[in-house]
Amino acid sequence: MATVILPPRHYLNDGYGIASWLFTRDHKRIALLYLAGVTFFFFIGGAFAVLIRLELATPAGDLVSDETYNKLFTMHGVMMVFFFLIPAIPAVLGNFLVPIMIGAKDLAFPRLNLASWYIYMVGATFTTYAIVTGGLDTGWTFYTPFSTVSSTSQVIPAALGIFVTGFSSILTGLNFIVTMHRMRAPGMTWFRMPLFLWSTYATSLIMVLGTPVLAITILLVAVERVFRFGFFDPTLGGDPVLFQHLFWFYSHPAVYIMVLPAMGVISELVAAFCRKPVFGYSFVAFASVGIAVLGFLVWGHHMFVAGQSVYAALVFSILSFLVAIPSAVKVFNWTATMYKGSISWDTPMLYAIGFIGLFTIGGLTGLFLASVGLDVHVTDTYFIVAHFHYIMVGGTIMGYLGGLHYWWPKISGRLYNETLARISAGIIFIGFNLTFFPQFIVGYLGMPRRYHAYPPEFQVLNVLSSAGASILGVGYLIPMIYLMWSLRYGRLAGSNPWGAVGLEWTTTSPPPTENFAETPVVTWEAYDYGAPVEGHVA
Amino acid sequence: MLPEAHHAHHPALAHQFDSLGQQKEAATLGMWVFLLTEVLFFGGMFLTYAIYRAWYPAAFAVASHELDVTLGTINTVVLITSSLTMALAVHAAQLGQRKLVLWFLVATMVLGLAFLGIKSVEYYHKFEEHHVPGPGFQFEREYFRHAQLFFSLYFIMTGLHALHMVIGIGIMLVMFWWTWRGTITRDYYSPIEISGLYWHFVDIVWIFLFPLLYLIGRHGP
Amino acid sequence: MTDHILPKRVYYTIFGILMLGTYLTVQIAFFDLGRLNTVVALTIAVLKATLVVLFFMHVKYSTRLTWAVVLGSIFWLGIMFVLTMGDYLTRVWLTYG
Repeated sequence: MATVILPPRHYLNDGYGIASWLFTRDHKRIALLYLAGVTFFFFIGGAFAVLIRLELATPAGDLVSDETYNKLFTMHGVMMVFFFLIPAIPAVLGNFLVPIMIGAKDLAFPRLNLASWYIYMVGATFTTYAIVTGGLDTGWTFYTPFSTVSSTSQVIPAALGIFVTGFSSILTGLNFIVTMHRMRAPGMTWFRMPLFLWSTYATSLIMVLGTPVLAITILLVAVERVFRFGFFDPTLGGDPVLFQHLFWFYSHPAVYIMVLPAMGVISELVAAFCRKPVFGYSFVAFASVGIAVLGFLVWGHHMFVAGQSVYAALVFSILSFLVAIPSAVKVFNWTATMYKGSISWDTPMLYAIGFIGLFTIGGLTGLFLASVGLDVHVTDTYFIVAHFHYIMVGGTIMGYLGGLHYWWPKISGRLYNETLARISAGIIFIGFNLTFFPQFIVGYLGMPRRYHAYPPEFQVLNVLSSAGASILGVGYLIPMIYLMWSLRYGRLAGSNPWGAVGLEWTTTSPPPTENFAETPVVTWEAYDYGAPVEGHVA
Repeated sequence: MLPEAHHAHHPALAHQFDSLGQQKEAATLGMWVFLLTEVLFFGGMFLTYAIYRAWYPAAFAVASHELDVTLGTINTVVLITSSLTMALAVHAAQLGQRKLVLWFLVATMVLGLAFLGIKSVEYYHKFEEHHVPGPGFQFEREYFRHAQLFFSLYFIMTGLHALHMVIGIGIMLVMFWWTWRGTITRDYYSPIEISGLYWHFVDIVWIFLFPLLYLIGRHGP
Repeated sequence: MTDHILPKRVYYTIFGILMLGTYLTVQIAFFDLGRLNTVVALTIAVLKATLVVLFFMHVKYSTRLTWAVVLGSIFWLGIMFVLTMGDYLTRVWLTYG
């Protein structure tokens, strides 16, 4: 085997010093800027989670006051949703990979890409300011009229922070859409693109269509709070349910912004580690777009008990059942891909099958919730909390970690310690299930969410959950350590350590700033395993 | 794999693109996608308006009467004319007529400023008549609460529209500068074109705002 | 991509129609047509906007992708309106308990 060496010139040594990073136009460096940002805010959100689980280890509200507890779950939600889950895979992995996977030198608008990062950081700064000057207690959902009239917490800075960060999301989505339409290399047709790109494209559609509505809604909340305008205040003739319609019009599709990119990662991982094309490529591609479109039609399922008409509830219920179909198609297709595949159980694959199992549970419980009768019983209980954590943590975070591990050699040029990585994946899986499965039970039994105290008969399950959370926390910390360690001491990876098919594996690790020495001309189908073609490694 | 062609690069060609044509297509698509986001941004406000107008038709009609139809109509004419001058600016740019581009950009900006000037006058009138929502708001008792809702919508919708106009005028200034120093040519005029797209969009928002805010129930006594 | 350069008289003609539309909108507002007032006003507005989009913004001569973006934005706005109004218009029919 030839000795692997680092390429002499690549994007990481193409310019040194902080200015070369803060003023970069290179999508790969911008991806790393985002990586630093989202990791930092993940741990802030995680710190709030620690406090929540500490409080809930005992039935009495004895760690913090109820008002402080309101701030804890609010800030946990705000940080995790807006500053980690929504940007993580698109802005880190998407930014890094989209141009490379289509054979381009960069995104369509590199300076806009850098601006997106700055906008993200400015929004995060406003929100952090809100945290350190007293916090927000409205729930990440900002329901009116509490947020506009009664809350005495830092609603305006937090709302402004989220408003600003929304533009980061919009501009990233815009950049991806234009790039994929206009900058694919010769021969890279839509149906030769890796499925990660289809998912990213679908995600980008949601970002540009939904986020503006969040922007106007949050702006109206801030304006109403400052000027007492009355859009959502019943005493002034407004309707609080209108806020919920506008808010969830974005926030439901937002959950697909969070999960679609992870699904895209899983498609890549399953293909690479089963050494097979993804089964039913076009079904998976269309399912991605289908999820994006259908995801806009279901928001009222968050409002079954809010006061909307029962007819609207029924329509949203039926549509919510429908949106599960494309997700199910994907799960079946990944499973079919594994069938008779040549499976290797490297860390990314462990995360992939973790995703498939946990997303299925989360998705099925979503179907339970689509049924109005059941939802009325479990809404605002821990059943809901468990449902969305199965998708967002069991789903998205697993997908993110799987992708991070899979593409780490490409991003850094180094291999991480596989043993430690597999152990961490196991710890995360065990910790996750211990944290969140008891929450399904305790929620079904009636424990409300967003309460800092609960009846003593729920304590055992809560203690299990809190114990699981500490294990999960350890599981998240270990990769931080070995990934950082690998940057300096890891074995060199070479251009294709996994033997995978894809344009990103044809260039060096790390890639040069312009991604490819020469513009590729694509003559093979996606996931062309088992068919050696000049120009890519089968 | 294609070897990199070593040809002279047009100074305006960005490194990530292969040709000016590709760059223009990307820029145009980018602006259209951005306008799509603006449709949904303003759309949220129009939805809010629609619901409350359906709920409080009498109050909205009475409140709408307090707006000055003459000034509103003049502003509509001004803005549509500015769209014409903008379209003519793009046309001149396509033909490489630098001086005409400059004049039409100036005309567009002047009309835009006129619009904002008239808007300011209207806002001032509203302030004097105590129609600004908040502690100083005054209105006949029967319609007090819901007229305040109307004026809240009036100010936020026209306010955000005006903000977009200000940004648009800023963009026109930049376009003026680029045209002045020769960056804009027959081969490279897409910045003018996409600035025009933005300007026309802001015009379209007003085309809807005007009848919805100013012309409710005008036939009444 | 070949650029379609419209003759200037097209712009002037469209401008004239837009002015006419504005005049009509204002005049009709002062006649009592009942519920039709809103319908007429919005119809004229939609026609004016369509002309601006097709001719001033060159969409009539643009790519299918541009058409997709324009129509998509209207369609998505429609989703937001229809499903929300679906709640508001049916609230009086039946409520919980």
